[in-house]
Amino acid sequence: MTFILKMRNILTLLVLSSSIIITGCGGSDSKSSTPVVVPPPVLTPITYQYEVTVKNLTNAQPMSPIAVVLHDEGQLWQLGEPASSAFEMLAESGDNSAVLAESMVLAGQSGAGVLLSGMQETITVSIEDIMPQMLSVATMLVNTNDAFSGINAMVIKDLGVGESISMQTSSYDAGTEMNSELMTTIPGPAGGGEGFNEIRDDVNFVAMHPGVVSQDDGLMQSVLTQAHRFDNPTLMIMITRTE
Amino acid sequence: MKILPLLTAIALTSSSMAINAQQVEVSVTNLTQGIYYTPFLVSAHSADMSLYTLGEAASPELQMMAEGGDISGLSAMLSNGNADIMENPAGGLLAPSMTTTTMLDTAEGNDRLSIVAMLLPTNDGFVGLNSWKIPSEAGTYTFKVNAYDAGTEANDEMITGGGAPGAAGIPVAPGGDGGSGGTGVTMEEGNMTVHVHRGNLGDDNMTSGKSDLNNTVHRWLNPVASITVKVM
Repeated sequence: MTFILKMRNILTLLVLSSSIIITGCGGSDSKSSTPVVVPPPVLTPITYQYEVTVKNLTNAQPMSPIAVVLHDEGQLWQLGEPASSAFEMLAESGDNSAVLAESMVLAGQSGAGVLLSGMQETITVSIEDIMPQMLSVATMLVNTNDAFSGINAMVIKDLGVGESISMQTSSYDAGTEMNSELMTTIPGPAGGGEGFNEIRDDVNFVAMHPGVVSQDDGLMQSVLTQAHRFDNPTLMIMITRTE
Repeated sequence: MKILPLLTAIALTSSSMAINAQQVEVSVTNLTQGIYYTPFLVSAHSADMSLYTLGEAASPELQMMAEGGDISGLSAMLSNGNADIMENPAGGLLAPSMTTTTMLDTAEGNDRLSIVAMLLPTNDGFVGLNSWKIPSEAGTYTFKVNAYDAGTEANDEMITGGGAPGAAGIPVAPGGDGGSGGTGVTMEEGNMTVHVHRGNLGDDNMTSGKSDLNNTVHRWLNPVASITVKVM
């Protein structure tokens, strides 16, 4: 009996409090018969800012200017699917301009230049008023045919100001250019050859990179040496939200 | 007064459900550009079973799988241990970049997940997930796995059709991109325990040289597969 009584009391309280809220709302509405000029709320723009520090972990694979992208949807690349034309350009030549101009990009930023082995660079990217859901990073290993490394659509919406995420990244093959390692096809300093070529003469899907072979390890036609070989991981990346 | 027994009943049901079974969805993606996987063996088993141990010699059953893609031995071994098994979810080879997905209902006590398949073309390379503890908490868990060498066959890299345990050579290069006439990369297996695979060597000569494999097509770097487990 006491239990039921207590329950009743609680229920009554609940009913009372909710009715108070309702009357409260109604009351304020009915009293606003004389027009009151409500000043529009001052919208100070909110900036979401991220510092992305990228370190090149390879022996002798310079990285093309790093592309950092904030986006809400989409992916820069998809394993098992053909690379986009914009991404093919980044992976074959190191030119990130088409990727940064893709429609899904809310805000994008390029690194200052080529990132040599052992070097690191911090790239700041920011956006006003829209909290970005995802962050992506991409760069070409320039002494290859079409190898790249980076982060694909990492969810950053829960990253608080001052918080960081660190990770090491693996290398992928865009699948758009055969890994001939010929001097004429390697755009980096090891070859000085052609970068982007729209002809797709490889498997035409993105996969993990099998690594470069080099002339020292049995590919006679290769312009690469043992020094250009790499293993995973190839980059160390730290993302810090600063605003 | 009636509430208490009801609560007890609920507690009992939920705990017995947790012990009884889990339903998991397992997806495996081939991350390589040029390596195929033979039919997968996906299993949930008890903590006292294991398909292999790094640094220890492979069982004859693992050898069958790693050298020829034959999972029947491992499957029988698991069945004897009352494991839950799904064989060949891809219905054949899993080609580069492809994904296969399967459901597994696990019985009480079978809270360890193991997944294996042979890498083709290799002599005795396999991809493995070894006794991964299935979380009791529902959710999606994704991780990457590496390629191992069973340590049972010399990595001669000669495509001879040899897939039976103890037979030298590689059964086949499913991509149709293998060579012939290789003299053999090595005739020795120095490390006779299960270890991380050093990768294919290959060469640039499809009709002679040491290897029948192509060094720009048949190499890989770890990881070689991505596994996603959805605990329902």
